[in-house]
Amino acid sequence: MAKFRGAIVVDIERCKGCGVCITACPCKVIELAKEVNGKGYNYAFMANPEACIGCASCGITCPDGVIKVYKKAL
Amino acid sequence: MAEITLQDIIQPENLVYEKSKLLTEKPFHYCPGCGHGTVHRIIAEVLEELGVDDRTIGVSPVGCAVMAYDYFDVDFVEAAHGRAPACATGIKRVWPDKVVFSYQGDGDLAAIGTCETIHTCNRGENITMIFVNNGIYGMTGGQMAPTTLVGMKTATTPYGRMPQWPDGTPNNGFPLQITQLLAQLPGTRYVTRQAVFSAAAVRNCKKAIKKAFQNQIENKNGVNFVEIVSNCNSNWKMSAVDANKWLQDNMLPVYPLGDLKDNFELIKK
Repeated sequence: MAKFRGAIVVDIERCKGCGVCITACPCKVIELAKEVNGKGYNYAFMANPEACIGCASCGITCPDGVIKVYKKAL
Repeated sequence: MAEITLQDIIQPENLVYEKSKLLTEKPFHYCPGCGHGTVHRIIAEVLEELGVDDRTIGVSPVGCAVMAYDYFDVDFVEAAHGRAPACATGIKRVWPDKVVFSYQGDGDLAAIGTCETIHTCNRGENITMIFVNNGIYGMTGGQMAPTTLVGMKTATTPYGRMPQWPDGTPNNGFPLQITQLLAQLPGTRYVTRQAVFSAAAVRNCKKAIKKAFQNQIENKNGVNFVEIVSNCNSNWKMSAVDANKWLQDNMLPVYPLGDLKDNFELIKK
């Protein structure tokens, strides 16, 4: 059982859908959405929220800084 | 055990990471996945952590990062092509108490600005130089840069960069190892090469940039030079994820990561 639960909030309109956060995530939480944002990019979202541990790897690799990471100890 | 909902986790007291407040709300104009955005974020985080944002002056280059002044909430000067270190020298000499950094790409620092770069490093100005190396001219459409790898296809070397013709006459030349070159100069205090392709690399890069700024703030003489091996997925004609993989396989053997010089002493590998 994980000792931490995390969550991310993606600024959908600023996300460019590069997918760097997907490869950075060690828990395979993030995927690109089928829907697009106002600029036509498939934005990143939490496809598997239970697996997130709040490590912030996605946040520090995101080139556009669109990801906010939250972490809570259980 | 009670079930935790996402609303319980997404609370202000649980926030562990967000974009630095030193970056403005303007979205970056860089291509999706470009390393420039990551480097901008790291610099903003470092300046915020060191608490010197009110006395920092940046010098932006000509190249993809020409609009860097739009994204940082610190004072900025836009220099002519390649002249950012010369401009930073002037600023630092007039205001020695300011924190001055130059931000350049490989076409700016290693091609047109080689003279300014080498002489600024040779004089040992007390500035921080950030060098983003992606091996290609990004803004102008993917022409060959001095740092382009041997065999790499660009707009001006469509059959790949060929240093010499088969009979030995010179052609495109070899990739310029400008960071090794600058490490040999007596004026550089701290010379390092980092990358931003993964979370671990970003953390190391942040440590290096922080050290480069700390040396300057503590008024230690000498140039603090940080090269960042980055990607240019648009002009390499790859996706951002593939470009990061290609970078690890092809760029890093030619441009190995790590400190080259610390405290005026070359680090022997």
